[in-house]
Amino acid sequence: MALLKFNNVGIVGMAACVPSNVINNYEYTQVFDAATAKEITDKIGIKQRRFALPGVTSSDLCFHAAEKLIHDLQVDKEDIDLLVFVSQTPDYRMPATSVLLQHRLGLTHNTMAFDISLGCSAYVYALSIVYSLMERSGFKVALLLDGETRSRVYSAQDRKTAFLFGDGGTATIIQKGEQYKDSYFSLNSDGSKEDLIKIKAGGYRYPSTPETLQEKVVDEYGNIRSEEHGVMEGADVFNFVLREIPPDIKRLEHFSGITLAEIDLFLFHQANDYMNSYLAKKLKLPIEKVPSSIAQFGNTSSVSIPLTIVTQLQHKLNTEQRVMLCGFGVGMSWATAFLVFDNCYISDLVEI
Amino acid sequence: MKEKFLAAFKEALLIEETEISLDDIFRDYAEWDSLSRLSLIASLDEQFNVQIEDSDFEQLKTVGDLLNEVEKRATV
Repeated sequence: MALLKFNNVGIVGMAACVPSNVINNYEYTQVFDAATAKEITDKIGIKQRRFALPGVTSSDLCFHAAEKLIHDLQVDKEDIDLLVFVSQTPDYRMPATSVLLQHRLGLTHNTMAFDISLGCSAYVYALSIVYSLMERSGFKVALLLDGETRSRVYSAQDRKTAFLFGDGGTATIIQKGEQYKDSYFSLNSDGSKEDLIKIKAGGYRYPSTPETLQEKVVDEYGNIRSEEHGVMEGADVFNFVLREIPPDIKRLEHFSGITLAEIDLFLFHQANDYMNSYLAKKLKLPIEKVPSSIAQFGNTSSVSIPLTIVTQLQHKLNTEQRVMLCGFGVGMSWATAFLVFDNCYISDLVEI
Repeated sequence: MKEKFLAAFKEALLIEETEISLDDIFRDYAEWDSLSRLSLIASLDEQFNVQIEDSDFEQLKTVGDLLNEVEKRATV
């Protein structure tokens, strides 16, 4: 069972960068009429999103977040020896975007750099990998970059997904230190549900062809997309979350010996407000302990947890806070962590 | 069970009429759409601890079919 415990590793600081291009969902009416936009927006609670302008990639957003954080914390770039880039919207199919960022950020050639391709669970997964590497080796400073441009993945003509997704990039600096308390992780996968959230075409199983690029009506509601677009079976994703997430949190409670009553803040992947509100209610969590950035930034996949921390908890993590992180989605893949934040620096939000 | 289910169903779909029939095709209701489906999922989970996957849900046509499926799966 993938239950992990680490000590003497923690988060020193975090930053985020979002595009300055704000999309107001009530006015997102190029395809759907204003009444439809209002009905969907009211239900899912996503009022605004940020869309990267053409030519701007997730690595650009991460680069600016990283530069801000490195500057604010006065980290010596020579000391960064581990760089992990998390995304499913990388710059190229190869080389790995992390390696490009090593060069662009001016890090040394002695940096271990690699990408992680997971979706909404990925930030928690990546933290567990970085913590593991930090705990058992001589790394000095780790830079975890998590960026997505999900606005480009889904069809604007598919009402199931057209109003949900936004873009962002984040940077997290992780170090060893005896001041850092124990952290706990539970990591999970279920590939039998691969079709619940998927972009079918464009890989090597189902390569791009002129046919895969063709947009067509796909259901009785008149939704239009191509096989190059993302598909999401929202109802089954909701069922999945209700079935798997509460038991995973219980599992981590049992493994760590920490109860939910002892947790100060609960950070869920920001999927949609309706689902997250219900999940909080089901777990009987006081809503003031469940920060949300969904109304401002929408669903940014793996970016949503760190983006919520940066935008909602900037001055709250100066003092000791026991925090639960829980990410779930495409794969299906899901992960929960109990961490202690203390004296964690959060940079001002960067907009480009 | 039947009354509790019908109350939950009407609340999830925001149906105000007092009478709905078990023979009604629920997808024909004006109130039915993918957003009301989300409300129904939350409601069935909360009140009956029941989740119905899409593949099974697609087979259900009438309000009565849905009631039968919930009765079959209910654990509370």
